[in-house]
Amino acid sequence: MEFSIYRFNPETDSAPYMQDFTLADDLIEPGMMLLDALLLLKEQDDSLSFRRSCQHGVCGSDGMNINGTNGLACITPLKDLKAPIVLRPFPGMPVIRDLIVDMDNFYHQYREAEPWLINESPEPEVERHQSPEDRDRLDGLYECILCGCCSASCPSYWWNPERFLGPAALLQAARFIQDSRDQATEHRLQRLDDAYSLYRCHGIMNCTQVCPKGLNPSKAIGDIRRTMIKRSV
Amino acid sequence: MKLTTRKFDALIIGAGGAGLRAALQLSNADARVAVVSKVFPTRSHTVAAQGGVNAALANVLPDSWHWHMFDTVKGSDYLGDQDAIEYMCRAAPKVVYELEHFGVPFSRLDDGGIYQRAFGGQSQHFGKEQAARTCAAADRTGHAILHSLYQQNLRARTHFFDEYFAIDLIKDDAGHVLGVVAFEILSGEPIVIEAKTTLIATGGAGQIFRTNTNALSNTGDGMAMALRAGVPLEDMEFVQFHPTGIAGRGMLITEGARGEGGFLINDQGERFMERYAPKVKDLASRDVVSRAIAIEVREGRGCGRNKDHALLDLRHLGADTIMKKLPGIREMSLTFLGLDPIEKPIPVFPTCHYSMGGIPTNRDGQVVVPVKDTPEDPVPGLYAAGETACVSVHGANRLGGNSLLDILVFGRAAANHILEFLEENRLHRPLHQESVDQALARLARWDRKGDGEAVEPLRRELRKVMEDHCGVFRTAEVMREGVTKLRALRERIDNAVIRDHSRTFNTARVEAMELENLMDCAMATICSALGREESRGAHSRMDFPDRDDERWLKHSLYSLQDDAMDYKPVRTQPVTVESFPPKERVY
Repeated sequence: MEFSIYRFNPETDSAPYMQDFTLADDLIEPGMMLLDALLLLKEQDDSLSFRRSCQHGVCGSDGMNINGTNGLACITPLKDLKAPIVLRPFPGMPVIRDLIVDMDNFYHQYREAEPWLINESPEPEVERHQSPEDRDRLDGLYECILCGCCSASCPSYWWNPERFLGPAALLQAARFIQDSRDQATEHRLQRLDDAYSLYRCHGIMNCTQVCPKGLNPSKAIGDIRRTMIKRSV
Repeated sequence: MKLTTRKFDALIIGAGGAGLRAALQLSNADARVAVVSKVFPTRSHTVAAQGGVNAALANVLPDSWHWHMFDTVKGSDYLGDQDAIEYMCRAAPKVVYELEHFGVPFSRLDDGGIYQRAFGGQSQHFGKEQAARTCAAADRTGHAILHSLYQQNLRARTHFFDEYFAIDLIKDDAGHVLGVVAFEILSGEPIVIEAKTTLIATGGAGQIFRTNTNALSNTGDGMAMALRAGVPLEDMEFVQFHPTGIAGRGMLITEGARGEGGFLINDQGERFMERYAPKVKDLASRDVVSRAIAIEVREGRGCGRNKDHALLDLRHLGADTIMKKLPGIREMSLTFLGLDPIEKPIPVFPTCHYSMGGIPTNRDGQVVVPVKDTPEDPVPGLYAAGETACVSVHGANRLGGNSLLDILVFGRAAANHILEFLEENRLHRPLHQESVDQALARLARWDRKGDGEAVEPLRRELRKVMEDHCGVFRTAEVMREGVTKLRALRERIDNAVIRDHSRTFNTARVEAMELENLMDCAMATICSALGREESRGAHSRMDFPDRDDERWLKHSLYSLQDDAMDYKPVRTQPVTVESFPPKERVY
């Protein structure tokens, strides 16, 4: 199987280039994921660099651009990919080396969303109660693994990475706005109420298309907007 | 070369649940705390925990911490330290309520309380009816907990060194631990992080086995660091094989699947657990269920073309329960097997999952070592918590739902003791240059060029040796052969080289240093297993099939120096209640 992989080492390369790799057919097993293939290619050339850890789509380390679409290598079946498989780092993020990108800004925007529960009431001795219906509203929001596939596929984020929070961070904002235990909804909405933080989303929906966990940041953003409008009337 | 040096009150190595729970406690108390992690914190392996965390909240069925304690002692096959177990089970409800206050999105009962499900080895009234003690956020409890803890640490402004690899502890001649030498993976630059207290929270070493449920990053770094600093490892022979890893691949299918009512079948469609554990069947302890599956396969009743696995049947639970309570495992079955558990049973086989053993600590999280006549003398300034530690609450076999509990309770306890230590030790001790130089030499060793074996094939060989020679069923003969093979491998690793010598994000170098750590953990495991001539919990010796309390109700201690074994007594005396004496263990 043929691969074409983006290579860049800032110490030796003046510009990035694409390198061809071949994985021998006898090494390919049924049910193999792209990450399994990458690990074998790394044996051919140990300088091939990418992040990885859990190998089953929960840690969010191995996001990359796979044949033009962002995804996680560990849960992308090899057999579904058209060869040559073209692998690039996430678009729109600074490249550190090969498939490894600098995610500092992505994490910064995540922190900007203040992704922690705010509840100033005295803590009860037991759990705070929450009805199953209220808890259901967190489904589809809390499962985010911060892999970055969504924000790195969003043209609005590419253009304004510092001012637009991006789909991943906005999904977090929605997760806490929706949480019946959180008391800071007004504060959260105020922080988003400018021309960029939230409103640079143009509903392109690439985020929802690529999310490897099947989440829908686009809808979450729409819900925040609606809450915002309701509050102003 | 000028070496970057930073100073903190408390240093935490590892950003999983134990490290982040400790960090939060320290940051909230205004200590200067730093967390060093080789991966971004939310990528730590706590994120993969599925089923839940045990606490006797009694939200669903009657419960008490004392019953939880009994189950844990029995589950440990009486090797657990009963003072630590009592402490953990008493603290459990409080730490779970705290988590809820931190924002963890637990699943809910109709009355709004935290959802609890049944897990293996749980009982009411000291061994009677099944209990429901495992607090869950669907089947993504670890994810929910780790993300909430990270978020709370952001709020508390904990200082993070993300993607830094810890090389070795700094220790002075008086035996005080003074911090760690690490390097920034991004730049390759070494850094000295001085700290009045150091907490190791680096998780387990599941990667020593070929088929495992663990992340690639679970390479026992902290355990190996402790060994190299002269701390022996405790009870390393006790490796948990989880009964339901996806056959041939290893991904974990939570015990919660059986807790919700799923059961195992063999090639005849028989619910074989009824024969091995007539009372609780599929919810027996993990060691019992794993052995049962292995025996079914060995006796020719395995499923599939190669008759090499059992099937986990969830079909009778119905689509609603599966979608609501087990959405993560359905997603995983679809991804890795192309199979929907609503329609078809899942092929499973026991898979290396968890290290019961680790760095010996007391229940305050202090690392303790034998000194002359005292078996448990604290190493000043050094703490450990979570899977990397052995406190020991799991003894010879951990109960499902007790590992998330362990990391929370003892991460918190260690932090509280660190705060006390900081009160009395306000100044940094002088840096010990020799120890720093040694760590730097370990880093520089991988700059070596020229011919030599590559790292990955050696790693593969190591994992294969462990699987073949130290698996679910063990004998002296096979293990001795394994030790010989591992010793040879150790020498070959000393001469291995990497081709990539760049400084920027050199993952080849990280993997090489991880291999060295795996090697030390593997040797500790097989030597401890060879030493223990009895069968107890997860450690099954075909040549010594029975538990032998007279000779072996004691903890193993493996030291790197000469691969030597030593032993210390089990703490059978709880803090306030009466001891649970060893009994025959039936489920």
